[in-house]
Amino acid sequence: MHEKISLSRRVKIKVINILMYISFVLILALVAGLIGYILYRGLPNISWKFLSSKPSLLKGVIGILPNILNTVYIVLITLVIVLPLGVGTAVYLNEYATNRKLVSVIEFASETLAGIPSIIYGLAGMLIFVQFCSIGTSLLAGSLTLVIMTLPTIVRTTQESLKTVPDSYREGSLALGSGKWHMIRTVVLPSSIDGIVTGCILAIGRIVGESAALLFTAGMANNILSIKDAVTPGNAGSTLTVALYMYAKERGEFGVAFAIAAILLILTLVINLSAKLVAKKLKVKTD
Amino acid sequence: MQISSTTESKQKKESGKRLASGDGETTFYSVTGPSLSEKKQKRKNIAERVMGGIFFVCGMIAIAFVLFITIFLVTSGVPAIGKIGITDFLFGSVWASTAAEPKFGILPFILTSVYGTIGAIIIAVPIGLLCAIFLAKMATNKIASLIRAAVELLAGIPSVVYGLVGMIVIVPMIRNVFNLSDGANLLSAIIVLSVMVLPNVISVSETALLAVPKEYEEASLALGATWTETVFKVSVPAASSGIASAVVLGVGRAIGEAMAVMMVSGNVANMPGLFKSVRFLTTAIASEMSYCSGLQRQALFSIALVLFIFIMIITLLLNFVFKSKKE
Repeated sequence: MHEKISLSRRVKIKVINILMYISFVLILALVAGLIGYILYRGLPNISWKFLSSKPSLLKGVIGILPNILNTVYIVLITLVIVLPLGVGTAVYLNEYATNRKLVSVIEFASETLAGIPSIIYGLAGMLIFVQFCSIGTSLLAGSLTLVIMTLPTIVRTTQESLKTVPDSYREGSLALGSGKWHMIRTVVLPSSIDGIVTGCILAIGRIVGESAALLFTAGMANNILSIKDAVTPGNAGSTLTVALYMYAKERGEFGVAFAIAAILLILTLVINLSAKLVAKKLKVKTD
Repeated sequence: MQISSTTESKQKKESGKRLASGDGETTFYSVTGPSLSEKKQKRKNIAERVMGGIFFVCGMIAIAFVLFITIFLVTSGVPAIGKIGITDFLFGSVWASTAAEPKFGILPFILTSVYGTIGAIIIAVPIGLLCAIFLAKMATNKIASLIRAAVELLAGIPSVVYGLVGMIVIVPMIRNVFNLSDGANLLSAIIVLSVMVLPNVISVSETALLAVPKEYEEASLALGATWTETVFKVSVPAASSGIASAVVLGVGRAIGEAMAVMMVSGNVANMPGLFKSVRFLTTAIASEMSYCSGLQRQALFSIALVLFIFIMIITLLLNFVFKSKKE
């Protein structure tokens, strides 16, 4: 068949195919190079002491335990607040709302939130939570800022999985005399739990990787806090990403920075993998 | 959808009886016994109504957040613009916020953000688009899932990590290749940004390409075009609105990126040049926020407002593109 095509066509096809292969190889090489380089520079600096101590200028110790704890706290506080809000929004959009205009306005608002850059969230969080609500630069203010930021993620994934719940389930439940809320609680939400979990995982990924929004809301302190300190206003603390930035940019401790980068990279891998597993489970279920 | 409460309660009683005679363990309706008292029914109606209200409030919360952010940014950003004067602010080419006679012209930041974004898009879109086409139309399943995992990882890596790698790898490389005294310049920022934009471009255009109806491609093949020709002359044009939104999304990501850019761009308020240290809109805010006061601080909020307006334009554009696709 190829004999019948003119030479110029064949050349064009060849060139385009080669370009495509180049771009595909380029991206794989880029990812492989990034992973390799970060792990190569970072892993040798990770030790148990590094993970389990707090930094002290006096003793000359650098440890990232406070940053790990702060990251965990911020993830937990944010999720506890954003989960009901996000799932509630998705349920409202998918189950309750009858006014089409209102739905499109809410969806537009959600898209807008998804598009706002994190540095603006940082400023808005500082204005709203740190100053206006006078919570002070604290983990709590940082978490509240991230609540706004991660809301669209939770709404979108929950809404997508609510859409996959067959209407016959709802009709069956309503026909048996169940009220709307009862139906949602016992039929709709349990069948879309996987989507909600996926949303959570994606939100965790976004929170763990966030830095610009936290710089001016959660602060840069490196003290070990208890979970109770974390929810009281005024206790500042830096997460892993903010710590990485401070070590690299302000203190020039690149070994420490790469160690944190390696940890973040591994976390990203784990988060992506678990999101995929949950999505797979979801697929099996709906088939 | 609203059924009057009396008929609803009647239905409930009947279904309750029927269910109780069958199996009591049904997951659909386990609360109602055979004798559902009126009081219980009333309480349930109230619960239903309360939950409806709560969901309504949840639905409104996204709108409230957007309004809050807009109001706070506008009220804290406008005063400084008023004091400096809108033309001096937007088109002034000197930013000297801490000088004895401070000047607040943000033209260098605006131009740097625009040039940086255009540069990143020029690099990322051809590579990303070709990769997306390969991914959607050419690759075998195994290779496709490999690339997809790679792209997802690229999307998930925190921006400070990109900044760190850029600082240690790209900046010295640029310095050596071009014989500069400092490699932290616009070019380094463009390279880092293009890598960060890539996953957005790839995944959104891939989705658009996968959504092209098979019939289009089959018709083209039947007319004697080869598969590669079909993909480039039929599938890509058919997915063009999706690809356009991928590009716009990439622009949004590039213009809003702060931390990675801050670590590689040198952070000096110059008018942009490929080999000059520059400051973006985002980094202008981030770099002075921690020590600013007075008018300088207000001016930073004004920069945020300008950035916010850029982003709103992009969001509107994106909504417009998606909407026209739906129709």
